[in-house]
Amino acid sequence: MASAKELRKQIGSIKNTQKITSAMEMVAASKMRKAQDRMSRGRPYSDHIRSVIGHVANASPEYRHAFMKEREVKRVGYIVITTDKGLCGGLNVNLLKAVVNDLKKLSEDDIEYDLCLIGNKGAQFFRSYGGNVVAASSHVSEEPQITDLIGSIKVMLDAFENGEVDKICLANNVFVNTMTQKPTIRQLVPLDPSEEEEIQHRWDYIYEPDARQLIEGLVTRFIESQVYQGVVENVACEQAAKMIAMKSATDNAGDLIDELELVMNNARQAAITQELSEIVGGAAAV
Amino acid sequence: MASTVFCSIVSAEEEIFSGEVEMVVASGTIGELGIMPGHTPLLTGVKPGPVRLILEGGEEEIFFASGGYLEVQPTSITILADTALRADDLDEAAALEAQKKAEQELSDQKADIDFARVAADLQEQAAMLRTIQKIRDKKQ
Repeated sequence: MASAKELRKQIGSIKNTQKITSAMEMVAASKMRKAQDRMSRGRPYSDHIRSVIGHVANASPEYRHAFMKEREVKRVGYIVITTDKGLCGGLNVNLLKAVVNDLKKLSEDDIEYDLCLIGNKGAQFFRSYGGNVVAASSHVSEEPQITDLIGSIKVMLDAFENGEVDKICLANNVFVNTMTQKPTIRQLVPLDPSEEEEIQHRWDYIYEPDARQLIEGLVTRFIESQVYQGVVENVACEQAAKMIAMKSATDNAGDLIDELELVMNNARQAAITQELSEIVGGAAAV
Repeated sequence: MASTVFCSIVSAEEEIFSGEVEMVVASGTIGELGIMPGHTPLLTGVKPGPVRLILEGGEEEIFFASGGYLEVQPTSITILADTALRADDLDEAAALEAQKKAEQELSDQKADIDFARVAADLQEQAAMLRTIQKIRDKKQ
């Protein structure tokens, strides 16, 4: 059995760790509030633009943008949004698992893929997993700016327009609530028609001034807003997951300390008993 | 036919308005638009300027949009604004100031500036002032 002194040292070090994790929990909680605000403010725009794009994809316009044409899929581009830092539970692992599942399915069908990675963790993972990474950006701050992201998105969009990839998917965590973050993979282009029934017949918009220009602008805006919202949402997920992970780490440290204290008291008690019996034994011998 | 249509104005930062309206008046890329319920599907750009909503019962609300897109569906109108403000939040002094600054920059040929950006700025501030003017007219 370890001596009381050793145990005391171990308890001390766990207590220090507990202090750190509980501080991190509180930091994450306060950051989460801000990130959540930012996320919920951006949501209406990205939801509305998605429904507008759904309508546009449903229309039968005189001008069909490259982004609206379904092509035979030979190569798929993935935009994967992960966090920069770890210590946030299974958040990144769950997402990457979902992505890898998808990639495996593609490989079975002999479809190749390109990756565009936003966030450090994804980059680290795919460095060991392999895969063709065409763009990566990391150190996206907690208040992401759309300009930070445009570069890597553009690489993907250009590849799509040049016919190098035939489909672009966005993979990120969607914030359901503080306890639940759902890894989601969505198709960005070609545009997904919405499934509202009332507008299934043939119809088209009036375009002012010019269909081509409008749709191009709208689609670019759409993709930017989707990726931006994905990043913002991922930040909120990261903080929430971090808070939960740190909370359970703090709790676990507490449990561990309780257990060790019990063992230490036992050891101390045993030592006292032994000493006493030695003294008594010694006295009897005299 | 329904006398109102559902309209929502969203900007990248937040949802500005959503509710039933009788008419939407906005400045599209090629001119002023008045949209009433039952309008045919329409997709157009929005120029910086005021967006006027006639609410149920004839009450009016004015917003400012600094560009974006407008989509009309038979059952809904959506304005995707780059930035939108409740017109009451507009700050006239700040707009005037910004306009003056932009004009100055434009006239100062030597300065190393991005003309397209400043011109766009100027246009936006002018539109903002137009919106403020409109509110003032309404109040009088």
